[in-house]
Amino acid sequence: MGAYVLRRLGYGVGVVLGVLFLLFLLFFTITAPEDIARKALGDKAPPEAIQTWLENHEYDRPLWPWQDWDENLLFDHYRKMLTFDFGVSDADDSPIIDRIKAGMGPSLSLTVPLLVLGLLISIPLSLLVAFFRETYIDRMGVFLCVLAMSVSTLLYIIGAQFLIGKVLRWYPISGFDASLAMLPRFLALPVLVGLISGVGGDVRFYRTVFLEESNRDFVRTARAKGAGEARIMVFHVLRNAMIPILTRVVLAIPFLFMGALLLEAFFGIPGLGSMTVDAIQSNDFSTMRTMVYIGSLLFVFGQVATDISYGLVDPRVSVE
Amino acid sequence: MSWLEPHILSNLVTLGLLVGLVFAARVVRAQRLWREAAVELWHRRRFAILVVGVYLLIGLADSISWTGGVPEDAVGVLPNAPLSILDRAFLDSREASYSAPFADVEFYGGDALRHPGGHPLGTDILGRDVFYLSLKGARVALLIGGLTSLIAIPLALLFGVCAGYFGGRFDDFVFFLISTMASMPSLLLLIALIMVMGRSTFSVCIALAVTGWVGFCRLTRAETLKLRELDYIQAARALGVSEAKIIFRHILPNLAHLIVITFVLMFSGLVLSEAVLSWLGIGVDGSWGQMIDGARDELSRQPIVWWNIAAAGSALFGLILAVNSVGDAVRDVLDPRTARES
Amino acid sequence: MALLEVRDLRTAFPSKGGMTPVVDGVSFDLERGKVLALVGESGSGKSMTALSTLRLVPKPGRVTSGSVKLDGEELLSLPVTEMRRIRGGRIGMIFQEPMTCLNPVVRVGAQVAEAILLHESMSKADARSRARELFVEVGIPDPEERLDAYPHHLSGGLKQRVMIAMALSTRPEILIADEPTTALDVTVQAQILDLLRDLQQKRNAAILLITHDLGIVNELADRVAVMYAGRLVEMADRVSLLSDPLHPYTQGLLRSIPALSAPGEPLPEIPGVVPSPDQWPVGCRFSTRCPKRFEPCADQFPAESNPGVGRRVWCHAVAESAGEGAS
Repeated sequence: MGAYVLRRLGYGVGVVLGVLFLLFLLFFTITAPEDIARKALGDKAPPEAIQTWLENHEYDRPLWPWQDWDENLLFDHYRKMLTFDFGVSDADDSPIIDRIKAGMGPSLSLTVPLLVLGLLISIPLSLLVAFFRETYIDRMGVFLCVLAMSVSTLLYIIGAQFLIGKVLRWYPISGFDASLAMLPRFLALPVLVGLISGVGGDVRFYRTVFLEESNRDFVRTARAKGAGEARIMVFHVLRNAMIPILTRVVLAIPFLFMGALLLEAFFGIPGLGSMTVDAIQSNDFSTMRTMVYIGSLLFVFGQVATDISYGLVDPRVSVE
Repeated sequence: MSWLEPHILSNLVTLGLLVGLVFAARVVRAQRLWREAAVELWHRRRFAILVVGVYLLIGLADSISWTGGVPEDAVGVLPNAPLSILDRAFLDSREASYSAPFADVEFYGGDALRHPGGHPLGTDILGRDVFYLSLKGARVALLIGGLTSLIAIPLALLFGVCAGYFGGRFDDFVFFLISTMASMPSLLLLIALIMVMGRSTFSVCIALAVTGWVGFCRLTRAETLKLRELDYIQAARALGVSEAKIIFRHILPNLAHLIVITFVLMFSGLVLSEAVLSWLGIGVDGSWGQMIDGARDELSRQPIVWWNIAAAGSALFGLILAVNSVGDAVRDVLDPRTARES
Repeated sequence: MALLEVRDLRTAFPSKGGMTPVVDGVSFDLERGKVLALVGESGSGKSMTALSTLRLVPKPGRVTSGSVKLDGEELLSLPVTEMRRIRGGRIGMIFQEPMTCLNPVVRVGAQVAEAILLHESMSKADARSRARELFVEVGIPDPEERLDAYPHHLSGGLKQRVMIAMALSTRPEILIADEPTTALDVTVQAQILDLLRDLQQKRNAAILLITHDLGIVNELADRVAVMYAGRLVEMADRVSLLSDPLHPYTQGLLRSIPALSAPGEPLPEIPGVVPSPDQWPVGCRFSTRCPKRFEPCADQFPAESNPGVGRRVWCHAVAESAGEGAS
């Protein structure tokens, strides 16, 4: 088991290095540092101002190692990213790492309830729909799922804000208060919207998994043994379906940190997601770069965790 | 180079697509498997297919444009600009500002409209007919879904089939590339690409393609690996058939159903992604997402201006629902596993 | 009264034109303690017949008419809860592919214990020791360890033994075995057949054996029923059928066994292919390939004739030569 974990981690590290390279290509070669400076200072900025800005942000070096082995942007990039030295934002010069630390909490407070509640709602719903397969409950369920999935998240958010925030005035439309008493009030609406926009796709996915497992031969064997449909669903089908379900869940965990971009931005929650949105709107390349890097780190971590969890959960996977 | 104006290019491309469609229809007619699948699909999803067809026609109407033939007193139109069939249908529909659906007067102020009662979905802040704007969005959506898929799918096929078939170093490289790109959160990568490449329609499509090709490439690679081990493929190689022939004659046709399924299912995801991009300010001009984004604040006006967002939202929802619905049925009909049970 | 009486069983699947029959009027008896082999090619409907008796026909198919009586009790109209008591309790079933028939994430001991606990109330520990005894009985070495094994740890033969243990754990009166050895190696096949024969004799269980392999029929069966395209064509005791087959289809089958033909000669075969349900001729279904076909064959399905004690044949040619004449 240990060797397996090491191997997976090793490959993960390789992938992270690859991601960093792609990021470098994207952020430094396709857009030159001078262009970033111009975006930050304005097109009419004089060359000296640009040069000063480049020096302050440590961009005033050649790109590639073969141009200058000691001081080049590629090595800088790798060194900084791997040591989590994210530097300052290209837009307002604030240290990125501080903002990340500040943003993690609010993001988690949104996405963790979203994930947990989402599972608690979608899995029983999908079990129900799969149990009644081929009946009108199933057909109606699938139709509703496709319907729900086809609505853009934007429309859900706008609709919810309008309906519940303005018309019914149950919850504040946006804002955030980290105190334990006020938190639920501000999170209620975004969590609700997140759940509704996600439940369609989730139920469809889980339903497909449950149906696939239901058609397997061992289900027929269980029926021939005299097991009832309910027992078959819960004991035989669910157990086998846990594997793909678990994959989905473990892969989603890293994104708990990233926050739901749209939800945060729309509902004014100061998490990592709205930080990213701010970066987009202010052309803040260094923050954007950092966010993609962190996202990738988390993703790779999630994939390795998923592979490891396979070894623990599925007896067929031998982790020699 | 004056003959290579954008609108002429667009006309040619549209013509090319129509020719391609006719060709595809002939292929489907000729092969029993596809013919039966098409009939089955029509049987199951007549309404949804018709809806998609309507959207396609509208998009078509907006894709054929030419210059000239514009009356001198047309409001809000440059006399030498290329106008599409759709544009010409709504040529003189401009008002001054907001008006409610079917209203006779302006929304704020109450001045008489130029076409009282003539705007079934009202007009926006610039006085443009909202129905017209919604129809124009169809072309943009189809472009996003279609052009992007046209880039992403062949790219994924190329890399996936070669990696799966030839194996070795190239496969290692492709697998590493896929793993790396798949590790980058697609929305963030998408945004980063657009920030870097600019906001034109073409760069948005390229960005969407770059983030979208990975999933399909993984699929084609896995399928090719499986197919390569099939007995009749091994027999063909033993007989000395050239690799290229094997790939085109045996492997690609077996991937055809996957291509169709992926294309249809990707389509709606792409259009929805563009809506999110529009909201972030980096979408494509004229798309429904942009309309929704622009109309966001209108809901908080007193009295409410709702028709902009309702029109764009419904148009978007209509297309996505229809495509998703057809996509579901396409998958049921073409996927060899589920087709067995029906 | 026979233990299992099947009368005019019909099972069909919905299709574009209505319902397509796969079992089209099958009647037979299974006597206590006897082995009846149901023989046919793939597509003949033999597996569906077996599944129909337990009402396990996969959706969207269903049993459309007929009667299946277990000890006089009609099974087709039983409420589902009662049917579940019969399944696994009084009638056990084992399937063709042991690889996929066991739940891959549950230990085999627990799966056998489940079969027991579904029909008898006892503690889990008792069920486990009963499972261990069964493992010994079916010849699984190291039974105590094997109880905790997962299916993928076991070879095909061992898995099939587990299936047999599971099916017999409740001492059912009937065991339905659907091609139990088809997916196994030849040497393992022989072992499983021996096991089945032992168990059958020891427990005096009735076995409905579904197979396409006449060699297995010879080893195990007391009576044999031959199916073709959804209907029975011949039924007799084993010796009579194998030594003196009457129906041309049975004759063709026996002729095509490699072991029985002369070496160096081309292997005799039945020309043509089994027609699919939408191509079934109006009369005798075998008429399109039958060397003995004559006038009535294509238009009229032959009625049952009984040219000997315990022999049933459905063939115009046989009826004619037996002097019964075409009806």
